Amino acid sequence: MADQEKDQESRAEEFLQVFKKGAEFTTDLLKENERLRYQNLQIEEQLKILNSSAGEGAPSEELLKKIKKLEDEKTEIINRIKRVEEENIDFANRYVEIENENNMLANLYIASYQLHSTLDFKEVLQVILEIVINLIGAEEFSILLLDEKTTKLEAVASEGLSNSEIPSFELGEGIVGEMAKTGDNYFIDELAGYERDFNHPLVCIPLKIKEHVIGVIVIYKLLVQKEKFNDVDYELFTLLAGHAATAIFSSKLYTDSERKLNTIQGFIDLMTK
Amino acid sequence: MSTYNVLVVEDSPTMRQLIVFALKRIRGLNITEANDGVDGLKKISADKFDLILTDINMPIMDGLKLVSLVRNDPTHKNVPIVIITTEGATEDRDRAMAIGANDYITKPIQTVKIIEVAKRLLNI
Repeated sequence: MADQEKDQESRAEEFLQVFKKGAEFTTDLLKENERLRYQNLQIEEQLKILNSSAGEGAPSEELLKKIKKLEDEKTEIINRIKRVEEENIDFANRYVEIENENNMLANLYIASYQLHSTLDFKEVLQVILEIVINLIGAEEFSILLLDEKTTKLEAVASEGLSNSEIPSFELGEGIVGEMAKTGDNYFIDELAGYERDFNHPLVCIPLKIKEHVIGVIVIYKLLVQKEKFNDVDYELFTLLAGHAATAIFSSKLYTDSERKLNTIQGFIDLMTK
Repeated sequence: MSTYNVLVVEDSPTMRQLIVFALKRIRGLNITEANDGVDGLKKISADKFDLILTDINMPIMDGLKLVSLVRNDPTHKNVPIVIITTEGATEDRDRAMAIGANDYITKPIQTVKIIEVAKRLLNI
């Protein structure tokens, strides 16, 4: 009986232990449940945030639009800078061009000032020689004037050559005569390898007063450092030739009138004595 | 602003005017003109110059003689001298530089070159 009671007690004890473990397990389960619920809540909240940010898709597109707009503006600015740089280069080139033109005009002004500074025929010829050397860079050249009576072109002043070396040309004869007849400028096509030929000069420029040719400037050799003609040279030649022609014409007229005046004065003196 | 005394020695009045006109593009230059080497020497003895530009082929005294005389002058022995000439051969240039020229410009007139050389030698 006692053994039976003992056995019942131990079984009750065992049951109690199992029950206690069951209670502990239940408590653990409840705690785990709480923890999971809390985690679930957190996940739900994160999901909400994610959803809300996903819901902000419209502002993000706006941002992309802004970026695209800025990119476009950047490209436009870069293109504008390129255009400005190109314009700057163009301006710089034009500045150099204008500077050269300015220099040419300044030189032309001095040359014409010198040409018209005297009425002495010989001095005018000397000034022309100086101008052709210093502004054009010619080494051998001649000034030929047209004799209206004989219609021949005769050398009246030369540099690097003597006048007697230069042949005279009939109006219309050869390149020199032809240029005097037509009033056109002549420039040789190829400077390299040129050897002096009086009938085929390097350059022949008519001295014209309006359309009336009074003579020509003929160039046979350039200075060794002058390898080719510059663009401004062609303009300079024509402009100088115009000034030279009027200076020669007026100085010749003045010299002739001076001579006539002296002759008349001589007669008057002779008559009145 | 500093002023610099510049002497231009050239027998051709046209060329002289062209050089002077080019130099006048630089501010602060006081330009004196001389007709030939002797005239140039007279001007040099009467004044102090910061730069001399001279032609070679001139009557009475040529430019090279002038350069060698200036180099022997205690006041002007260090003054920069520029030769402006029609002589474009290398040996002419070498000869001028050996005598004591500082630069060598050939004709026809090169306004831009004259301005550039003058500015460089005057440190403007």
